[in-house]
Amino acid sequence: MKKDEHVVVIFPHPDDEAFGAAGTIARFRKQGVPVTYLCGTLGEMGRNMGNPTFATRETLPEIRQQELMNACRSLDINLEQLGYRDKTLEFEDQDRLATHLFRYLEKIKPTLVITHYPGYAVHPDHDAFGAAAIEAVNRFEPNQRPEVWALAIKKDKEKDLGEADLQFDITDTFEDKLAAIVAHKSQASGILGGLNQGPASLDQIVKDKLSHEAFYQWSFNEV
Amino acid sequence: MEKIKARLIQDYLNQFVDRPVYIHLETTNGAYATHHNREAYNVGAFIRNAQVTFSQAKISGDEKSYRVGLKTGNGWVYAEGLRDYQIDQHKRLLLAGHDDQGRLLVTLELSLQPFTN
Repeated sequence: MKKDEHVVVIFPHPDDEAFGAAGTIARFRKQGVPVTYLCGTLGEMGRNMGNPTFATRETLPEIRQQELMNACRSLDINLEQLGYRDKTLEFEDQDRLATHLFRYLEKIKPTLVITHYPGYAVHPDHDAFGAAAIEAVNRFEPNQRPEVWALAIKKDKEKDLGEADLQFDITDTFEDKLAAIVAHKSQASGILGGLNQGPASLDQIVKDKLSHEAFYQWSFNEV
Repeated sequence: MEKIKARLIQDYLNQFVDRPVYIHLETTNGAYATHHNREAYNVGAFIRNAQVTFSQAKISGDEKSYRVGLKTGNGWVYAEGLRDYQIDQHKRLLLAGHDDQGRLLVTLELSLQPFTN
């Protein structure tokens, strides 16, 4: 571990960290690197209400907040809840979002920021928060600026972006990732169930689909 | 939530008539509809804490798909595809429809107090 290493993960929803980056996060934790999750919303607009349903639109935020705390405890990472509302991030002022994020980054002084790749992250919140995160990082002087690893989700992303620069086989931290996913009880069964399209066991599908994490290294072009 | 019992819901709706009521109305096919199915596209509408006063409220349909319509001073509010209900500890009436995997498709909620933002 390099001196003063600190990873900040910036995603809008409870469970984005688990599905998208938990294997990588767990690897950093095993190396003793502190990780802080800046979580934008409480996923108030999630559609998964459990199966059979145990949440309502009104109880979901509290349930997901608890799940988020459980997942962060299981990954052993710090959590900051930023208090926005699910599905509204793209309608917020991006400059203000960036300022809000920059205030955290200024204080934490991370060496690496993991966020969504704007325009390639499918959910409007992902795109908007990723763009704000990158704008926030861009406010650092180039010699102070943390690296950015951007997570793209869109199908056919390789057509535009090429292969991801960073490809991680996270088999060695897969159990940590699975524990983080399962902590998001209200969402896990719905999303994992959606992956189960064939005769293979769910465990195997999950392992195949989720044992690989990939990120694009963001390049800040100085003008 | 429990399966809607039409008479019980009608009784409860009647208690909101001619009083300023906060509503939450939403329908969605999810943020990943296009992602999972190229032929589909994302559709949704959402309004929270709109205050309406209605002179009539009616539930119709059957357990497959109940509909609730509210007749306001100069318009209407309605929701379709409702199957489940809950009257919560704040005496709010929550009505919703879910798919076979427990995913919310539509919800109409009525409250005399504003919903938390």
